[in-house]
Amino acid sequence: MAKTIEGLYYSESHEYVKVEGEYGYIGITDFAQEQLGNVVYVDTPDEDDEVTAGETFGAVESVKAASDLISPVSGTVVEVNEALEDQPELVNEDAFANWIIKVKLSDPSELDALMDAAAYAEICH
Amino acid sequence: MNKTCYGQLIFELSRPGRKGYSLPQNPWADTPQETLPAALVRTQPVGLPEADEPTVARHYTNMSNNNFGVDTGFYPLGSCTMKYNPKINEEVAALPGFTSLHPALPADYAQGALRLYDETQKILAELTGLAQFTLNPYAGAHGELTGLMVIRSYHMKRGDTARTKIIIPDSAHGTNPASAAVCGLSIVQVKSLPDGTIDIDSLKEVLGPDVAGMMMTNPNTLGIFEHQIPEIARLVHDCGGLMYYDGANFNPIVGICRPGDMGFDVMHINLHKTFSTPHGGGGPGSGPVGVRSGLEAFLPCPKVVCRDGHYELVKEDGETLGQISSHLGNYGIIVRAYAYLLSIGRENAHLVGQLSVLNANYIKECLKAFYKLPIDGLCKHEFVFDGLREDYGGDHSDPAHATTLDVAKRLLDFGFHAPTIYFPLLFHEALMIEPTETESKDTLDAFIAVMKQIAEEARDNRTMVKTAPHNTPAGRPDDVRAVKDAIFTYKPTAD
Repeated sequence: MAKTIEGLYYSESHEYVKVEGEYGYIGITDFAQEQLGNVVYVDTPDEDDEVTAGETFGAVESVKAASDLISPVSGTVVEVNEALEDQPELVNEDAFANWIIKVKLSDPSELDALMDAAAYAEICH
Repeated sequence: MNKTCYGQLIFELSRPGRKGYSLPQNPWADTPQETLPAALVRTQPVGLPEADEPTVARHYTNMSNNNFGVDTGFYPLGSCTMKYNPKINEEVAALPGFTSLHPALPADYAQGALRLYDETQKILAELTGLAQFTLNPYAGAHGELTGLMVIRSYHMKRGDTARTKIIIPDSAHGTNPASAAVCGLSIVQVKSLPDGTIDIDSLKEVLGPDVAGMMMTNPNTLGIFEHQIPEIARLVHDCGGLMYYDGANFNPIVGICRPGDMGFDVMHINLHKTFSTPHGGGGPGSGPVGVRSGLEAFLPCPKVVCRDGHYELVKEDGETLGQISSHLGNYGIIVRAYAYLLSIGRENAHLVGQLSVLNANYIKECLKAFYKLPIDGLCKHEFVFDGLREDYGGDHSDPAHATTLDVAKRLLDFGFHAPTIYFPLLFHEALMIEPTETESKDTLDAFIAVMKQIAEEARDNRTMVKTAPHNTPAGRPDDVRAVKDAIFTYKPTAD
């Protein structure tokens, strides 16, 4: 069974945000990586790019499908997880440890629209 | 098969100095090369393989024997309409009058060829309920792009430049958003209901003065007919957008109902699906685009026009969206489709749709006790299973359950091509089956028996399924490495 982690924020399109101060780490959930199967490529934005809640900021390609990454929050990309460029399989190994982008949140109130771990676990089936 | 001789790359069969050709003397062999820029002069030997003719012939013949096509066996690849391609198509296309035709021949000397083009477009117009077709696009996705360019030209012509969005259902084929993006449109996704049909309420939310149009297939990706199509077309038209029909799923409605009558304004047809021209192996395909009355002028050039019984080629007319192909598309493919259309005849066209629907429903009903059927009821030409049933090895709470991939691999052992797997994304274990109308009941029964056997194996002897295929030239390729570490050029390994 896919795992969830308490304290993170989850979107319906299976991304999570881990909030630390004014920053959010965005990645795909364990359920998402399980459904995608072996991830072979992660398309990421660049540092300083703006992301908008509800809009595409990249894509994950697996042996099954290519899926858009939808940002759960708005803000500026301050860091990209560069390890994923050579080792996209890290997303399969631990989706929550291997976040995709770190964003400076421009509107923390957007987090209120996201789900907690319990609510998210409900929609994973 | 003799692996030492034929299981190797042609490069590995190469022996220095061996050759199977005799070329005339090269008169430029001693020409000084200083006229060429230094960067373009080769300093290393090119490294082409050197082999005698029998080795080359056997190498490629043996490789072709490892291939699979509709002439080899049943090919129920959902959404691809892999129907049998009648041999008469090839016979007609091989007539010297077609094979010797030069594309730059003046229209006066190609009247027969242009007439065939015009008659084909007229038949397609009749079958679809549209006014006129261009046969120039080279493939389905090329047709999509051409059709969207027609829609954009239509809005531009009226000075309505704010229409930059195209609505696409989340169950659509991936080419739809890709074509729209290439056409410079932004994509708005609309949700589908659990049965894959459009959620009208979600559609209403995204309609507005910025909508250029909506792309749909009908029946949809799950093989379900969109009963709400008149309402959808009315809503999109009322907001000023046009309706685009993706002809990928046209097969089940041939001769039964017509996209033009459903309210579609522009569509493409895949001749390589519905009209029995070769499909797979990279084409060549053909994606004719049809438009309703009032949009004809925007179609691409060259256009074939008949004036007083004489055919002419129009290369530019001021209204056209331009040229999207050199000459008249994949002409040889159009000839094959024409041969097919005439062999079927107007009076039998409806049997294409009816029999493809009958065959799909027959397989579905025979197998639904073994495979999960998420949407029960009548389907059109294809349907989607969501993997094996729990009591046949498909229980997801068991980490060692048999997956759709396992079923697909095991099918290969029995000489059947695998169905489409893991598409559409609406289901996690999608297994999409489309038998087409060209298969006999015997073939369908043989496939059903094998699918049942695989389900029983998944329950009783799962290793057999998990480690399949066992009878194919290659086992399970490493999908991940094939994508991540693809090798495109031959590099000799050190002995």
